[in-house]
Amino acid sequence: MTRSLHVLSAGLLTTVQDRGRVGWRHLGVAHAGALDADAATLANRLVGNAADAAVLELTLRGPTLRLDAPARIALIGAAVAARFDGQVVPCGRPVDLPAGTLELGALRGGARAWLAIDGGIDVAPVLGSRSTDLRGGFGGFDGRALRAGDAMPLGAAATRDTAVLRAPAWWIDPSHDTHMPTRYQPSAHPAAAAFARRGWTVSASSNRQGLRLQGDALAVPSADGVSEPVAPGTIQLPADGCPIVLLADAQTVGGYAKLGHVIAADLPRLAQCIPGQPLHFAPCDAATAHRLACAARARIARIGVMIDARLPAV
Amino acid sequence: MSAFPTCDIEPLADDAWLLRFGDRLDPQLNAAVHAMAWRLRSAGAPWLREIVPAFASLGVFFDPEIDPARVHAQLQAMVEGFEPGASTASSVPARTVEIPVAYGGDFGPDLESAAAELQLSPQALVQRHCAGDYTVAMIGFAPGFPYLWGLDPALALPRLATPRARVAAGSVAIGGAQTGIYPRESPGGWRVLGRTPLALFDPEREPPTTLQPGDRVRFVAIDADESARLHEAPRT
Repeated sequence: MTRSLHVLSAGLLTTVQDRGRVGWRHLGVAHAGALDADAATLANRLVGNAADAAVLELTLRGPTLRLDAPARIALIGAAVAARFDGQVVPCGRPVDLPAGTLELGALRGGARAWLAIDGGIDVAPVLGSRSTDLRGGFGGFDGRALRAGDAMPLGAAATRDTAVLRAPAWWIDPSHDTHMPTRYQPSAHPAAAAFARRGWTVSASSNRQGLRLQGDALAVPSADGVSEPVAPGTIQLPADGCPIVLLADAQTVGGYAKLGHVIAADLPRLAQCIPGQPLHFAPCDAATAHRLACAARARIARIGVMIDARLPAV
Repeated sequence: MSAFPTCDIEPLADDAWLLRFGDRLDPQLNAAVHAMAWRLRSAGAPWLREIVPAFASLGVFFDPEIDPARVHAQLQAMVEGFEPGASTASSVPARTVEIPVAYGGDFGPDLESAAAELQLSPQALVQRHCAGDYTVAMIGFAPGFPYLWGLDPALALPRLATPRARVAAGSVAIGGAQTGIYPRESPGGWRVLGRTPLALFDPEREPPTTLQPGDRVRFVAIDADESARLHEAPRT
């Protein structure tokens, strides 16, 4: 029998995401995908899924969901005030649940969390990915954020006939050190160095497409240029002098000046930025960026191995 | 036959380099972009992930596990390896795609006013718009939105003072010196001359777009009956 997940209340912005859409950028199709793909991967590892299974991305306040059959779930990212039929559900570990209602409340210490369910969210892949493209209106569940009343199938998983909530005593916490400056490779733009010397705060108009920064506006010496490719991490400088760091839903081309790009190792951390939060940037060279990206991949792989070693005992 | 324009290689992301041929709207630079894109695809490097052609630059995305410096060295060699004459845009195979367009009436609410502004009859405007030999300079802004070169400069039109809240999917329009096609219903300020019944972007298709960067495009005027017969319903 196919298990399904019913949305009783949607939360602030809950979307189906996987590791994103690759190969269609030349046709204007964004990458999309979990804003912290490593966190989504680890949530999947905790429930025994492949790294690219579809998960739910929660924003600031989570949804209330009904499971019509037992499932193993895991929450990674910001701490979620989660309850299952009244009982507290711990984060950062595999949790076996019988059929019932999973209430995901406010997120603390960050803006986003990822919920993996064994078998994955089994929506149809579109252009090779189950990620929701919010601006394009396709992929994920009906190309949009979840709403109350939605129901989606879950993929097949090992039967776990549990009558009560069960969770191990161990957990993982792969969260990032939020006090560190965000490192970026500066471009040749005259304002690229000044960007690091100023403090910024995260604007409330930020979304999955871009993190908008507020602060002392930078000088914008010339008008917009000819549109050229941009990517998640690109730091744009629009005419108002307040930079935008593009995130996973970034458009594929843009005409604003570029101050450089946030390095791959620090990009996942930006998923946790809350409006009003201060943010500092520090320049970084290409060799260091590459070394840090390799180190970040190795860290995620190590945590994955630790999870696999512990899972059979759960 | 001229040599390849000079090309700078700049960082775009930790897993992408930007090949910049210039920073102006110039069909020759764009031709170089498409020629380089074709060359890169043909070379089939194992690290290659995505190639994104734009007006005067090209994004090259690679396997993030590969040392970017190694990719840079290979790109540099490719850029320098172009023999004058051997790599001009004319050597790049390009498709020609015909886009049927129903001009005027409900399909093209701005045709009459645009023609009046250009001091042409609506028929003459349609004829001159169809006579153009267009190239897809790049696709972007929205999935499947083609930026086309080749609009007759005499047909350039200012954008609407107040953009429309809804422009129908398939609308063929002029904005400034450019012409383009709205792949899906969206707000927009370009002057709408007509509408194609083709679905320019359908994520359920692979590839999802009717047009690819570098394609040649010709507009063919059709009537309302033909438009109804050719109608493709885009999914979004």
